[in-house]
Order: sequence, then structure tokens, then C-alpha cells
Amino acid sequence: MVSMAELSKHHGSEASARRLKKRKWAEIRLRAYGIAALTLAGMALAALLWSVVGKAGYALSETYINLPITVSADDVDASDPGSANFDGLTKDMLRETFPSASSRSAKRELYDLLSSGASFELRERVIADPSLVGQTVDNRFLASDIADLYVKGEFGELTSTPHKGTLSAIGDEDEVSVSNTSNDFADILAGVKRGLLDQSATLRRQAARQDAGFNVMSSRSGNAATEEEAASLMADASSRATERDRLIALAEDLEARAATAGGTEALDDTTPSVLLKVGTGWVKMSEISATGGKGTPIVPLGANSEQLPPEQWKYFVNTTPEASRKISDSQIVWIETLKAQGAVETVFNWRFFTAGDSREPELAGIWGAAVGSFWTMLVTFFLAFPIGVLAAIYLEEFAPKNRITDFVEVNINNLAAVPSIVFGLLGLAVFITVFGVPRSSPLAGGIVLALMTLPTIIIASRAAIRAVPPSIRDAALGLGASRLQTSFHHVFPLAMPGILTGTIIGMAQALGETAPLIMVGMVAFIVDVPTGITEKASVLPVQVYSWSDFPERAFEARTAAAICVLLAFLVIMNALAVFLRKRFERRW
Amino acid sequence: MTNMRMSEQNITHRETKIEARGVDVFYASTQAIKSVDVDILDHTVTSFIGPSGCGKSTFLRCLNRMNDTIPICRVTGSITMDGQDIYDKSVDPVQLRARVGMVFQKPNPFPKSIYDNIAYGPRIHGLVDNKADLDEVVEKSLRRAAMWNEAKDRLDEPGTGLSGGQQQRLCIARAIATAPEVLLMDEPCSALDPIATAQIEELIDELRETFSVVIVTHSMQQAARVSQKTAFFHLGDLVEYGDTQKIFTNPEDQRTQDYITGRFG
Repeated sequence: MVSMAELSKHHGSEASARRLKKRKWAEIRLRAYGIAALTLAGMALAALLWSVVGKAGYALSETYINLPITVSADDVDASDPGSANFDGLTKDMLRETFPSASSRSAKRELYDLLSSGASFELRERVIADPSLVGQTVDNRFLASDIADLYVKGEFGELTSTPHKGTLSAIGDEDEVSVSNTSNDFADILAGVKRGLLDQSATLRRQAARQDAGFNVMSSRSGNAATEEEAASLMADASSRATERDRLIALAEDLEARAATAGGTEALDDTTPSVLLKVGTGWVKMSEISATGGKGTPIVPLGANSEQLPPEQWKYFVNTTPEASRKISDSQIVWIETLKAQGAVETVFNWRFFTAGDSREPELAGIWGAAVGSFWTMLVTFFLAFPIGVLAAIYLEEFAPKNRITDFVEVNINNLAAVPSIVFGLLGLAVFITVFGVPRSSPLAGGIVLALMTLPTIIIASRAAIRAVPPSIRDAALGLGASRLQTSFHHVFPLAMPGILTGTIIGMAQALGETAPLIMVGMVAFIVDVPTGITEKASVLPVQVYSWSDFPERAFEARTAAAICVLLAFLVIMNALAVFLRKRFERRW
Repeated sequence: MTNMRMSEQNITHRETKIEARGVDVFYASTQAIKSVDVDILDHTVTSFIGPSGCGKSTFLRCLNRMNDTIPICRVTGSITMDGQDIYDKSVDPVQLRARVGMVFQKPNPFPKSIYDNIAYGPRIHGLVDNKADLDEVVEKSLRRAAMWNEAKDRLDEPGTGLSGGQQQRLCIARAIATAPEVLLMDEPCSALDPIATAQIEELIDELRETFSVVIVTHSMQQAARVSQKTAFFHLGDLVEYGDTQKIFTNPEDQRTQDYITGRFG
């Protein structure tokens, strides 16, 4: 028998106080977990934005190189300037600016300073004003992606190394001998020698593999069944032994060179590179000792320079070997020379926001994809919104509750969980193949995304409709409104904020969707900005996907910038959702 | 005034507006109303009283076929209005509800302006075809619901911004605006304070001049105050139906006696 009076005494007891404390702690813990979870999420978001926005910054400016170019009447026909080879003209101009670039590879490196689209602007200019033919005009040429990245400091700053010697550089256009009164180059020499040790370690690893092969072959030949086989295995083993000994000898030689201080070491594209700036000339060292060496001039020195005090020459070390860089020493020197002439300018990259796609990072823009996204979203909205909302109204307000509607409901919920790529396959198989919707078009993409968005809109709309108080339906029905009038005059407007939120969430999901659009061909490389829903187009997330796949380094920044544009669109859409909600709610 | 009402309650020559015979209502397999016979008179306030769950609201909702909106609800028997079976296939429930207005337990104005709330019925039924007439209908309805003085300067303000009592009178005005012949009220004062209740009761008494009013109430005092006819429901049965004065002073059935004296319910 439980006595309730006895039980009431429990409330003041110590046990009750302990329980109370426990409950309080449980609450405090839960709050702490909540705050911790939010902080973690906030930090993750901040890190994401920081990395994306930080990288996108590089894409927001572009580099131009201002150079005078002679539009000679021999090359350009004033009556038909559009037919002239402005690209060749630009290349001629570059060669004249840096005549020392004479070899094929050097010329190619030189041409790589400017974008392949650099001569377009000149062409447009001359077509617009044919009187420029025969004149020398100052023109700005769009820099290539690597020149642009170098100017922005993506490949590191070129910083002068401290030195104290007096330098003499004597030679001609092909080779320059350098001697220095101080051992300023000793540090680099030591660095190069350390590199030799790395090389010898690699050689020794290769030798060890040959040695292992030798052992295996020797033991196999000992166990061989026939003499012939034993002989062939033995021959193999001995050739491996020879190779091993050769590699060890090479390694020993390298180690000996590394061990002895001083001497002269060759510099190539696998060692750090050394550049000397002597007056206005530049020398790239090919051989170096602690106090001098030999090099090739990239920009001619002019006269021989003798006995230059430390402040009249500079030397630069790039510890990243040339082979591991996108930009060569020559290109660095040319850009530095142009910078010293004041020919390099950096301006805001409007092109990124107004141009279509391109294989050249410096010419690529997001506008084509943004317009493609717009058309696609338009198609998606006008298909998914009416169908979804009407389906929701029918299911909530009119459909009899029976097995068929239960089945439909379960399947709508299932559709929401179908992987989006399956919708892409459906679009490819049905809309493109059977109905002949143009491939890669916003129409095809929009239909597929509408299918994908429908369940979201239907589910959100049904929830919003269900949340409308039944008293409103009673009021309308009680006044003699038909069910259609009740639904469209009262229930639908009241459910509108919820429906809009669901729709915009669905649309935002569709805007960020990539996989189904790849299936319907929207991943194609499309340069033109689409002007209708049946033209070929790309969309923002697919553009992000394709750019992230391109090897050029400059596309990294453009990918980040494209992500920012996509995020901006999403923020705008969500802001619109909030605005519409507020507007509709205020009316009531 | 009380004397005048008492005298009116004795008037029995009024015509029958609605006639219910052998009405059964089932929710799925549960019977909620068992063979109810009632005559609702014109220009009379009829009150339905009884304990919770006795079926009085269910029966009220049969009178304008609001039960049709509940899929599992089934009504048998006959209910006629002016001799016409309202459950006949030829009768459109939408048309019926325009003739039999309803006021609900909780005030449920539309989240629109006061004007639009009242104009909604006339608009959907096409009662008037110009703005001036509509304005007049709105004004008349508000006047008859004793709301005009409070509402005339704020017709554009949302109906949901009014107080509870005002909202309920707005709902009555809205029901009046469709020009019904019968007005059903399902516990119209249960969510209101005594002052608002008194206003509504006074209003109901005035509405009797034009309509036949049926009111469901839990307050026996209210039934005694406003109605001329009273029906007592218990567990789905219509126990007793007659003049209010008689039900409250000299009930025939023991259950009625027990209920009105507060012994159960």
C-alpha cells in the first residue's frame, strides 16, 4: 500500500535535491552540446568561405601588358583590316621587343607571355579605326594566365639575395663569364651539392633494386632444370650486376662532389636556378662556383661590365627547379623587365562576369553559365511550381483518402530520395531520345530538374496546406463557398509562404545540381552565351565542375570565383524567399 | 423586456422551417445520433442543450450538410427545409449552405480586411453586381451584427486584429451578409467573456426577426435567455423537445430534470 502523504515528503528530501541537481546538469550539458555544435558548424562555414573567397580574389583582376605595335600597311590591308593576321603581328612585335629569344623554345616561351586572345582587341581596334594602319600604336595586350599569376605573386616574389662582392661580367650574346670578389655564391653551391646527395640516394635505391634482381636471378639459375636455362638466367644476373655497379659508381661520384667544398657545379632545370641582374641586362647562370661561373644572357648586358660594386648588381635564387614550375626563368626575366618599364597594369576583371567559357583561363567568364542557369531555372520553375502546387492541393483538399492516394503519397516521398543522376538518365532516355528535346539545352536540363524538384515542392506544399487551420475551411464552406473556392481563395493564399519556402528550397537545390545535367549533356564546352531555352548551354555548378577539372593553375581561382557567384545566387534566392514570406505574411 | 420575451415564447403559430425525421448519423460504425425528430420553426430561436458528446453539434452540422466534409460521416433519415429534402441528390450543398448560414464555436474571421470578410459571401454568390450595392450589404450586415459603429472606420483593417467578441460578431455579420434563411450557431459564446456574450445574446434575439436561429449551447441560462424552443440531447437521443419555458420549468423526462438542475453533465 502506497501512502501518498509519505510520498509528498520525498519532495523536500536529499534524494530529491540530488535528482534536481542531476536534471539541471543534464540541461546544462545539452545546452553546451548545442553551442559546441553550432560553433563547430560556424567554424566549418567560415573556413569554407575563407578558402573559397580567398582563392577567388585572384580571379577578380586581370593583367595587361602595354606595348607599342606597328600596324604596317604591308601586313594590314586598310580596306579590309579584319582579314589581317594580327596574331602574327603581335608575335613579331614580341620578338622585336626581346630579340634575344631566338631559339624555337625561347620564342614559344615568349609568345606564352600574352594570351592567345591578346590580338583580338587590337584587331577590333583597327577594324573600328582603319586609319591606325601604318602607324605605331600603344596597345594593351591581355597577359596569359601564367604571366597574370606571376604578376599577382602566385609563383612567389622575386627577391634579391644579399651580397657584398664586386662583380665582373664579361662575354657576348651567347655566353657570359662572371667573377665575383666575394664568395657570395657559396650558399647556392652548397644547396646544389645537397641536391647531388638526393640524386645519389635515388641512384643507390635503383642500384639496390638491381642488386635484388641479381640475387634472385643467381639463385634461380642455381635451381634451373636445364643448362640452357641456367645460362640465360646467369646472363641476366650478370647484366643486372653490371648495371648495379654502374649506378653505384655514379652515386659515389656524386657523393664525392658533394663532400668536397668549392669547385664548380652545373645548373640545369632540375637544380635551383640563379639569375643575375647586371645593369639592365639579365644573366641566367648555367655553371656556378663560390665566386663566379658562366651563364647565358636573357636580356643583353650591353657593354661588358667590370668591377661593379654590390649595389649595382643583384642576384636572385629560385629554389624551385625550373622543371617543377609553370613559368620559366626567361619568362620571369621578361615580365620583370616589362614591369620595370611600367608596361604591366592590373585592372578589375570585368571579362570574368561578361564572357562565356574558354579553354584559356584569362579569357574564360562565368556569364554564359549564369545565363544558362537562369534559363534552366526558368524552365524548372514554370514546370515544377504549378504542377507541384496543384498536385499538393489536389492531394490535400480533394483526393479521397484511399489506397491509391496512399500509394501515390508513399511514392512521392520515395521520389524525393531518388539519386538525382537517375533523373538525368530518365531525361536522357525519355526526353532527349524519345521526345527529341535538344541535347545540352536549358529545356532538357530544366525538365530534368523540374522532375527532381517536384517531390520537394509537393511535400513542402502539402505540409503548408495542412498547416492552414481547419476553421478557415469551415468558415468558407459554411458561407457556401465550393471546395475549389475554399482552396484557392483561402487555403492556398494562407499556405503561400510555406509553399514559396518549399519551392525556393527546391529551386536552390536544383540550382546547385550537377549530376543530372551532365547526363543531358550540359557539361559540353559551350563558349556562346545562350539566348533561349533550346540553345546549348552550361550552368553554374557544371561550370564549376568543368573548370575544377582543367589543368591550368589559373582555373583554380576561376573555379573559386564561380563558386562565389553560385553562392551569391543562392543567397539572393534565399533572401527572396524571406522577402516573399514577409510580404505575404504581412497581408494577414 | 423579459416579460415581453416570455410572452413571445408562447406564440406557437410560426411555420416549420426545417423538419427532421428519423435522422441517424454514423461516424464509421459508431452511431452518434439516434433517430431524431425535430421541427425548427421560422422566426424562432431554437437551442440544443445537452452534455458534451451528446450529438447536438453533430445534428446541427447535419442541417447545412457540413458533415459532408467528414469522409467517414454518414447521415440517414430525412431532413427537409421548406418541404425540400436537403439530402436529395438535386440539392447542391454549396447552395444549401448559402441558405443556411453558420457561426462557429471559435471566431474564425478570414485573414483579410473586415470589408472583405463580409463581402466574400455576396461576391461568391453574385448577390450584388456593383460596388455601391456591395457597400450597402456590408453596412447592413455590420449594423445588424451591432458592429457598424465599431467597424465603420476600420473596414480596411484585418478582421483578425479585432477582439474575440468583435471577431465573433464579425463572423455573424459575415454569415448574415449571404442573406440566409436559417442561421446555425455552434456554441458561439464559449470563447467569449460575459460582456461579449451578453452582446451576442442580445444580437441573437434581434436576428430572430429575420431568421430562424438554431443555437447549440452549454449554458442553460443562455438557452433560457435567448431561445423559445429547446431540445435536450443525451447520448445521441433527443430526450425532450418543446417550449423553452416548459423544458426549464416543468420537464417531462427525468434526465432533463437532472441535467437542468445540475445533477449530471
